[in-house]
Amino acid sequence: MRRTRHAQHKPRSRPRPARSESRRVGLAGRLKTHLLRHAQVFFYTLGQLSRRPTSLLMTAAVIGIALALPTGLHVVLKNAQQLSGGWDEASQISLFLQRGTADSQARRLVSQLEEHPRIRRVHYLSPEEALAEFQRLSGFGDALDTLEENPLPAVVVVQPRLQRNDPATTEALLDELREDPRVDLARLDVQWVKRLYAIMDILRQGVYVLASLLALAVLLVVGNTIRLAIQNRRDEIVIIKLIGGTDAFIRRPFLYTGFWYGLFGGIIAWLLVSISLWILNGPVQKLAALYQNSFTLTGLNTQTTVGLLISGILLGLVGSWIAVGRHLRDIEPG
Amino acid sequence: MIRFTATSKRYPGGYEALSNVNFYIPAGQMAFLTGHSGAGKSTLLKLIALLERPSRGQVFINNQNLARISRRRIPYFRRNIGIIFQDHQLLFDRTVFDNVALPLIIAGQPRGEVDRRVRAALDKVGLLGKEKAYPITLSGGEQQRVGIARAVVNKPPLLLADEPTGNLDPTLSTEIMRIFEDFSQVGVTVLVASHDLALISSLPYRRLTLEQGRLSTDSDPAE
Repeated sequence: MRRTRHAQHKPRSRPRPARSESRRVGLAGRLKTHLLRHAQVFFYTLGQLSRRPTSLLMTAAVIGIALALPTGLHVVLKNAQQLSGGWDEASQISLFLQRGTADSQARRLVSQLEEHPRIRRVHYLSPEEALAEFQRLSGFGDALDTLEENPLPAVVVVQPRLQRNDPATTEALLDELREDPRVDLARLDVQWVKRLYAIMDILRQGVYVLASLLALAVLLVVGNTIRLAIQNRRDEIVIIKLIGGTDAFIRRPFLYTGFWYGLFGGIIAWLLVSISLWILNGPVQKLAALYQNSFTLTGLNTQTTVGLLISGILLGLVGSWIAVGRHLRDIEPG
Repeated sequence: MIRFTATSKRYPGGYEALSNVNFYIPAGQMAFLTGHSGAGKSTLLKLIALLERPSRGQVFINNQNLARISRRRIPYFRRNIGIIFQDHQLLFDRTVFDNVALPLIIAGQPRGEVDRRVRAALDKVGLLGKEKAYPITLSGGEQQRVGIARAVVNKPPLLLADEPTGNLDPTLSTEIMRIFEDFSQVGVTVLVASHDLALISSLPYRRLTLEQGRLSTDSDPAE
């Protein structure tokens, strides 16, 4: 009986090393097998993780919160930029003309300014119109009636053509307009705009610093989780090394585990930011309404979402790569 | 197949596990390695499987000097050796089939080939039909046979067994030895480390005896 089983086994005559045999399969076949194995490990690790959903969720949540903070700040900053785009309207230059400038002279100035390449819009307010507006808005209507003559000069309101939110060009335009002999006083609250941009610059840098620190935190979290996973599977690693598993083979499931942590962390971060924006949107709209503004918070666009998920995945992969690289060498059979 | 030339192994701390060991086992031979615990049997097997490196002398496997094999190449070298352990070294969270398939998966064999060879190996050790079982549900003898199936599944030219019958009763031990004999018949070189002298004496194979790290006797009943 035993011998007959041998006979069945015998056609291959002599046992051969495995490598020479696998060479016979051909490159395409080997590539296919290789990809198939990757896909298997890919889903196998997902299955392993889903068996312990609480620990997966907790690790992913830590990663998610760490990723959500810079992402949320990024979104807030983007919204602020959008809002300040509206404030550019406020950076208009008021030219108070010399008293006694004739109406025709003023009109000529207006048409000159309209031709100016760096000016978007010009609005002329004659002294009478200025007085009427002042009366209407100030509430001093009756008091002004007692004045014998109109104390207000003609005003030309100039809306500069802004070049990529650069306050410096606006200031240059202001200097140029100030030189005009017909202009008594030119005023621009440029300081305010400058400060705003400076603050936004600081915030943007802050987002980078915060993002780097939290990326480091994600690396450490993933690294530590993978380190524990490696310790838990120490026996398995020893056995695989004993029967000829390469480091790449042993590394693979841990890398895919890191991948999944990163992906789930990214998804949780996306949810956290989206929910926060949704909660904030109501109050923001209420506030905007108080300023006669119809401002709506912009959420995560596709680009940011994809970026968020990819950074999560990359951090997961790099974190597990570092952990596996550090701890794999320590585990040797014997 | 296996050649030791003036091989010594001294562990850090000064303990000399092997001193000046010389022997040669030709391809296809079956041999026993005996001696008391601590005589150096395990160390000798570890040197062959590159789990340890000798302090002096050289080890050749299949005419290949093991000193020339870099750390990176070790996994590929080990694929040509089937190793059987006293404590089986099975993965208890995987089925018998997955345990036996592991060397083939590591070597990147296609699925159909894995299926066919795992069945062939399990058939040879008499465990066909237990593929879906988990090792924990098997008896000690069956677990050992899973270990053997895994060691031979990719048809290595060399089999090493470290106390393969250590925990088994005489009947099971004889059965395991018979499996090794079968492999020897088809040209596999088999080296079995064991201190079960009663069992070894009953079998007509070459016997290398280690005493305190030295090769004391080398007897071959066939000669």
